[in-house]
Amino acid sequence: MTAAAFLTARELSVRLAGRTVLADISLALPAGRLVALVGPNGAGKTTLLRALAGLVPSQGAIDVGGDALSSLLLRERARRFAYLPQGHVVHWPLPAGDVVALGRYPHGATDPARLTPADAAAVLRAMQATDVVALRQRRVTELSGGERSRVALARVLAVEAPVILADEPTASLDPRHQIDVMKSLRAAADQGTLVMVVTHDLGLAGRFADTVLVLSDGRLVAQGAPVEALSERVMADVFRVSAYRAEHQREAVIVPWAEI
Amino acid sequence: MSAPSVTVTADIAGRWRAGVMAALVVLVLLLALVSLGTGPVRLSPFTVIDALCGGGSDVQQVIVQEIRLPRTILGFAIGAILGLSGAALQGLLRNPLASPSLFGAPQSAAFGAVLVIAFGLADVRSYALPVAAILAAFASVFVLLAIAGRNAGLLILILAGLAISSLAGAATALVMNLSSNPFVVLEIAFWLLGSLDDRSFRHVTLALPFIMAGAILLWSQRNAFRALSLGEETAQSLGVNVGRLRLAVILGTALGVGGAVAVTGTIGFIGLVAPHLMRPLIGHDPARLLVPSALTGAALLLAADIAVRIIPSSSDIKVGVLTSIIGVPFFLYLIMRERRALGGGVA
Repeated sequence: MTAAAFLTARELSVRLAGRTVLADISLALPAGRLVALVGPNGAGKTTLLRALAGLVPSQGAIDVGGDALSSLLLRERARRFAYLPQGHVVHWPLPAGDVVALGRYPHGATDPARLTPADAAAVLRAMQATDVVALRQRRVTELSGGERSRVALARVLAVEAPVILADEPTASLDPRHQIDVMKSLRAAADQGTLVMVVTHDLGLAGRFADTVLVLSDGRLVAQGAPVEALSERVMADVFRVSAYRAEHQREAVIVPWAEI
Repeated sequence: MSAPSVTVTADIAGRWRAGVMAALVVLVLLLALVSLGTGPVRLSPFTVIDALCGGGSDVQQVIVQEIRLPRTILGFAIGAILGLSGAALQGLLRNPLASPSLFGAPQSAAFGAVLVIAFGLADVRSYALPVAAILAAFASVFVLLAIAGRNAGLLILILAGLAISSLAGAATALVMNLSSNPFVVLEIAFWLLGSLDDRSFRHVTLALPFIMAGAILLWSQRNAFRALSLGEETAQSLGVNVGRLRLAVILGTALGVGGAVAVTGTIGFIGLVAPHLMRPLIGHDPARLLVPSALTGAALLLAADIAVRIIPSSSDIKVGVLTSIIGVPFFLYLIMRERRALGGGVA
């Protein structure tokens, strides 16, 4: 890890409703990595994503691309962080193309019917990357779960932000769609984006991520390459399971196996 | 490349929306002409146009320009702001059952105004009236959103709205109860029914600045409503200041509804109905619904105000009564349609 860090947090902590949710998190992540954020339920994974994107107030320092997060205007933050929340909620039955086009909102393209050629090209690239061009006129409420998750991912890719923060993008998807989503995010990372993914699927984390961060009780307890971060000791202490470990086609296979 | 095809379909949809808008504008203009021609002396649309342009007899000019024009302007402006604020509240709350009247805003505004009238703090032609109505409407919407919280479900919003409108109604009743002058009480009671009868340009100057300020404020937030379709958190991550948006919508609704109620009493349900009539034609994009909903609201109130002058009855039917008589069954129909979401409870 010699590359310069693009996103850093120093002694980050978050208190919500009088309870410390995150404490003393320090990390430095370079561009072009896929980072998996794992940990048991309630460990603070979602809160960490929100704090990094500036969506919840936090103590400590966050720097992104050489600027302090606190010094950035809301719109400038929105251009640097593309945030994909859990659940892919869309409250109105909008056409999928309009939803993807909302990814250009931080760039001033607030009306999907009036995109500049540059914005339209970014929307098209994002829709091609997730294979949703054919769905653009369908209402999102009428799409299947897998299609909806691809549209949501396209919306995030359309921001073309240097950092993508995705909260459980593979939850409730079938295996094929899980792999599709992870491959799209992997491709974004390979093109230089810093991608941070919250997941409970240690198998996907082990296979696709460059770096795994392990959160437990609001603290960062391990970080590093998947096989190191998800060591037997971490699996036992944090997740209280043992794991089957192997290698397949030169990629790490980690499958949680039995409770301890 | 499929980029051109994306724009072509957008163009077709855009042309369709422009056509709907043009049709609405024509409808509103026609209704305005009919409204100017309707009354004890019936005038044809051509006579009305003539009189507006300074032609026709002196009597016709007085009838059209001085007696009926203020009423028609108020009908248009108040219908429009009710439709607009309904669409804006539905956009903010991402909820098709949101509307000012269901949230107790007009009822609270009426309480504010009644308080001023009953205690003789001002006569019905003073700016104290709209200011009191606006403050009360602001307080009611603010309290409602504070109670409902950030991701309010249908059930909580409607229950809180019911509580607030009941409280406003009870407070209004209390004021009337305590008022020693029976004539004032009678006047308030009739005024509460909501009417555009006998309104002058004085009333227009009283209400219009507030209505316009509210309309501009709500319209300026249109793009944020679109981003809000993805939820508050995502909208915020796209650069929308959600806290400021909420305040703008509360303030815009209070200015518009308060200003309207101050001169006409309570006219309900237009804000609920107008966006629903437009969704099948315009689509569900909350930003694109604002102006068509305003035009539909204007058309609805102008039509209702024409109807109360045409329907034969022993005494005047108040337009606020008519909109509620039509609006409440529509509300029941919506509840039936949204039954599943409501039955889901938390929503």
